Amino acid sequence: MESRAVIRIEDVWKSFGDHQVLRGVTLSVRNAETLVVLGPSGCGKSVLLKHIIGLMRPDRGSIVVEGKDVTRISQAELNKLRMNFGMVFQGAALFDSMTVGQNVGLPLREHRLLKGAELDRLVDEKLEMVGLSGTHHLWPSEISGGMKKRVALARAIALDPDVILYDEPTTGLDPVMAEQINWLIRDTQHKLNATSIVVTHDLHSACFTGDRVALMDDGKIAFEGTTDELRTTENEAVQNFVARGHIPLPGESRKRGECDLDEPF
Amino acid sequence: MRNSSAIAHAKPRGLLGGSFSTVGRGALDLITEIGAAGLLLWRILLAMRKLPRSMPLLIEQMRRIGVESLPLVMITSIFTGAVTAVQAAYQLKEFVPKIYLGTAIYKSVVIELGPVLTALVVGGRVSASIAAELGTMRVTEQIDAMDAMAIEPVRYLVMPRMLAGLIMLPILTVFADVLAIGGGFVVANLSLDVSPKTFIAGMKLFFFAHDVLGGLFKAFVFGGIIALMGCTAGLRTVGGAVGVGRAATRAVVASCVLILVSDYVLATLLFKVIFGE
Repeated sequence: MESRAVIRIEDVWKSFGDHQVLRGVTLSVRNAETLVVLGPSGCGKSVLLKHIIGLMRPDRGSIVVEGKDVTRISQAELNKLRMNFGMVFQGAALFDSMTVGQNVGLPLREHRLLKGAELDRLVDEKLEMVGLSGTHHLWPSEISGGMKKRVALARAIALDPDVILYDEPTTGLDPVMAEQINWLIRDTQHKLNATSIVVTHDLHSACFTGDRVALMDDGKIAFEGTTDELRTTENEAVQNFVARGHIPLPGESRKRGECDLDEPF
Repeated sequence: MRNSSAIAHAKPRGLLGGSFSTVGRGALDLITEIGAAGLLLWRILLAMRKLPRSMPLLIEQMRRIGVESLPLVMITSIFTGAVTAVQAAYQLKEFVPKIYLGTAIYKSVVIELGPVLTALVVGGRVSASIAAELGTMRVTEQIDAMDAMAIEPVRYLVMPRMLAGLIMLPILTVFADVLAIGGGFVVANLSLDVSPKTFIAGMKLFFFAHDVLGGLFKAFVFGGIIALMGCTAGLRTVGGAVGVGRAATRAVVASCVLILVSDYVLATLLFKVIFGE
């Protein structure tokens, strides 16, 4: 089913000094889909993600989110828009001066949406959603990398966002933990029905979590299509990336695009 | 073979040439840092309207910047007062009556030594600490995460530190003034043969309230400089651990330079123009 685009990225260019990172990226993200932006490390995927939430401003081009161009709106409007977003950062970006529970509750507390027992209850609920019940008193330094990513997801969904952005969610994790995070992304998508953008260089993760995949190459979108189209395309950039990557073989336990949402992780 | 143009554009070589370029680069970096601090100051002013929401953060920063600096300030000021008494006695000996020792110590402490030495020691401790903390938050994307949650880092992180600096430096300076004069008083009594009565009479001799107020106003400005330069360096951090180290160094250098430059400007303004009449 074709849904309306909630995010439209049009001809976005960005350079850092002499280094041209984005060279005219054009991409649309549809309502309630999971779009995976795939590409090798350093190709500008994370930079693109930061543009969507207004953490970076493009040199040229527009990014329209829910009808508003984030490159042109005021800080107050941008903050209002950000309330509908949740972002999971590559290194989790947990505030190390706060416990796990305080991290998850921070957006709710700061925006004065909840306080006291109600806040604690919602924090516990979000932690339970990511499989970390009873960990609210722990400090970020006391938990593993995989747990940090899950706390970051719990924090990202604290405000029940319409759009969730994942920056390299499985990077730096062992295969078992990476698989758990992949399941969690699908599970969260299933429960919240949010629009998700997953930036990754992990082909398996891309095929497992995504409805559609966009491959970035040399600062541009070289391919855009469903996970099945990715598997069958003759696109040169895809072929090059796959040849260097680790595409799951046919018959592997979890085939691309064939995910059982009820399977526990 | 090198032509004349290549020679003209060649980088300066040798110890002297390298030193000049290092000094030049350092000066340019400092000017850039001050420019960034100016922009940050404007954003802090805009964030001030949300001050009530940041009160708990402000109190926490007042504790960290003020209360935790107190032991360092106490030790520095007691010995500063003591050494001022010894040095003043040595220089005034045989020329000036003993009663003026109290005057000299009181004046030099409340006008200059109290505010400036407090600012320099607190500046070293606090601006480096702020820069390292915010710098680490910057390189680990914690500041981006805050932005992404629609929590403005300037309101949440910078404004409380700035206000805490502005409030706590004058308070620390009051402690420093009292302890430094106390240090001078004890040394004058015990080893310089100046009686308590003579010392206090000397202090009263040329007591002007505006000396104290002028010193505290200087401390207020220095407190702002310390917090602002710490926050500026922290927020502009790039790179990993090396970047955080550089940010801490930049913060301390910028704070110390600006404290000393603004001390001259404020001294001229306060004690020559405003109170000089």
